[in-house]
Amino acid sequence: MNFKNFKIDLSNKNKDLIPQILTVLFIVLVIIYFTINAQNNMGNRGISFGFGFLTQESSFDITFSLIDYDGSHSYAKAFLVGLLNTILVSVIGIFFATILGVTVGISRLSQNYLISKAAEWYVEIFRNIPLILQIFFWYFAALRALPLTIDSINFYDISFLNVKGWYVPRFVWTNFSLFAYSLIVAIVLIIFTSKYAKKQRDEFGKQIPVLYISLGILFGLPFLTFLIGGVSLSFQIPELTQLSKTIYVYQGGVTIIPELISLALALSMYTATFIAENVRAGILGVNKGQKEAAASIGLTKGQILKLVVMPQALRIIIPPTTNQYLNLTKNSSLAAAIAYPDIVLVFAGTALMQTGRAIEIISITMLTYLSLSLSISVFMNWYNKKMAIKEK
Amino acid sequence: MKSIKTWILVVLASSLLVACGQGGGGSGSKKSKTLDNTKKAGFVKCGVSQGLPGFSNADASGNWTGIDVDVCRAVAAAVLGDADKVKYTPLSAKERFTALTSGEIDVLSRNTTWTLSRDADIGLTFVGVNFYDGQGFMVRKNSGINSVNDFKDGISACTNTGTTTELNMRDFFNSKNIKYEPIAFEKADEVVQAYDAGRCDTYTTDKSGLAAQRTKLSAPDDHKVLPETISKEPLGPVVRQGDSVWEDIVRWSLNVMIEAEEYGVNSSNASSLKDSENPAIKRLVGAEGELGAAFGLDNEWSLRIIEQVGNYGEIYKKHIADTNILPNRGPNQLWTKGGILYVPPAR
Repeated sequence: MNFKNFKIDLSNKNKDLIPQILTVLFIVLVIIYFTINAQNNMGNRGISFGFGFLTQESSFDITFSLIDYDGSHSYAKAFLVGLLNTILVSVIGIFFATILGVTVGISRLSQNYLISKAAEWYVEIFRNIPLILQIFFWYFAALRALPLTIDSINFYDISFLNVKGWYVPRFVWTNFSLFAYSLIVAIVLIIFTSKYAKKQRDEFGKQIPVLYISLGILFGLPFLTFLIGGVSLSFQIPELTQLSKTIYVYQGGVTIIPELISLALALSMYTATFIAENVRAGILGVNKGQKEAAASIGLTKGQILKLVVMPQALRIIIPPTTNQYLNLTKNSSLAAAIAYPDIVLVFAGTALMQTGRAIEIISITMLTYLSLSLSISVFMNWYNKKMAIKEK
Repeated sequence: MKSIKTWILVVLASSLLVACGQGGGGSGSKKSKTLDNTKKAGFVKCGVSQGLPGFSNADASGNWTGIDVDVCRAVAAAVLGDADKVKYTPLSAKERFTALTSGEIDVLSRNTTWTLSRDADIGLTFVGVNFYDGQGFMVRKNSGINSVNDFKDGISACTNTGTTTELNMRDFFNSKNIKYEPIAFEKADEVVQAYDAGRCDTYTTDKSGLAAQRTKLSAPDDHKVLPETISKEPLGPVVRQGDSVWEDIVRWSLNVMIEAEEYGVNSSNASSLKDSENPAIKRLVGAEGELGAAFGLDNEWSLRIIEQVGNYGEIYKKHIADTNILPNRGPNQLWTKGGILYVPPAR
């Protein structure tokens, strides 16, 4: 081999480039090696690779599904059921974690000793106990504390809570699509109204009561569809049925399973502690002079928080809170421990077991979590940009 | 300057070497790679459950016992001469097959049901049956349910994920046209706790499992197992596909334990039977024929199994009957005594 003419130009730019190229090359080789290795080993052991199994009948049932599903549907549909359940518990968790987190974060800065100490204790306790233990605690504590079906906790004879779940009335609609369209129209109208109002205020200094008008549209328009559009809504209230001497069950309504309740509770209680700390850091990060200046022009305490402190604090709060949203979504995979049928339990669990397609199923599951996390990131980055200070 | 060039060369060369080195090996010749590796390592790599009394269960000091454990002990006695030379890996239902196909374990002996799709599809081979089981239901005694025919729409059933149980349960309720609520947990301990708390009306799994798990309930006497059996669950050891010699070793390690019971050979009388009149017994204790040579073992492999582990009857009595899990042998009795244990002759 002739390396005499092989010269590398070592200007500063190339000096930086060479290690980078080498690293990329190395990573590519490692990936190729793993792929070849996996293929060889699978070939030797008579395991085929492919995604054909996704269209096969799954032949297992799932307790809780947002879409129509039973064991005669395909593995692909079972995957979708699991995915939707993961999204459901993540959305519920993020919603409550945010509300609780913001409340606790602000409370920690309260002048009231009891409130600030209570918030501090809450944060210190819940963020320092492993999440899986909290999930078990809420699940088995809830199961032990809740009464049997026959002794259900009764909410005004329309809703019932017991060890098998929370039973709520089912909505029975006629002409639901008309009602849905009216809602969409109402929302579009509200967006236009607020744009118009902003223009009026900026150009002529006129104050239009946007809130009242919006509420009027939001309730009025759908209400009209009830009056003249033939839309109607009735409730199917869960009814107690006896299955045997001591076995009872509520049927007819919607069942919110205890696994979902305790998982959402554990996830939001845990994540809220971190969000609370982000909120506290954000508020403390706003210069004291800002508050004093706002007070000096006569703004009330509420106005100072809403108009001066929060807009600046949000810049600090949003990026670490995005991390917490991502964590919550990924942590929801602990659902498998308490039988909540999320994507890990249903797809990376049962489906993997029944088909034996470990590599395929785990790759699909990892890609799914990756896409979920990236979607949240994209949304939060957009929101962060929107909230960033615009230099004028 | 020069060092960077050398570095590039080293990286490229080594990655090529690594990639090439992967090509060979693994194809099924007369030699057994698994047997060689086991002899070299000095222990049998055995996958067991995470704790199922009677089948594979660890005591406080980490000693594994049970009839599934004894299959691995028999293989170790045959191959390495010492039944204690086993390394146990506790596995969940979900992990078990991947652990076997990836080579983390060489024998999977973990109350695993032999089915067509498992045998044919995912690179596994079932070598026999060491326990004939069937799926059943456990309910509370005061529930008023005395048979599976008493189940009605809306019944909730707890079970484990990743098992045939989940599929059988669906087949059963569908055939009876009953709408049911399936609640499937990853680990057996959580199923027991949830059932105990009243989350579900019935707990379904293999009957041996029900009997074993019942002891973990807060008031075991308040629960009963329904008489019906809704499925066939032949449980047995599994090996990787593609190593037929190893497969034969595991298969016959199990078979000689059953055959030994049939001929009345047990751990205490085995060595004294070397000059027996019966050639079948003489073959079992290694005094006649060259049976071990067929898979590269010496002639006393089966004698060691019987002496160190025992025959099937001894094992069953020790782990299943005396522990009150299933005192009655039921189908797991020899074919000569009304059961269905029937193994091909060791000759």
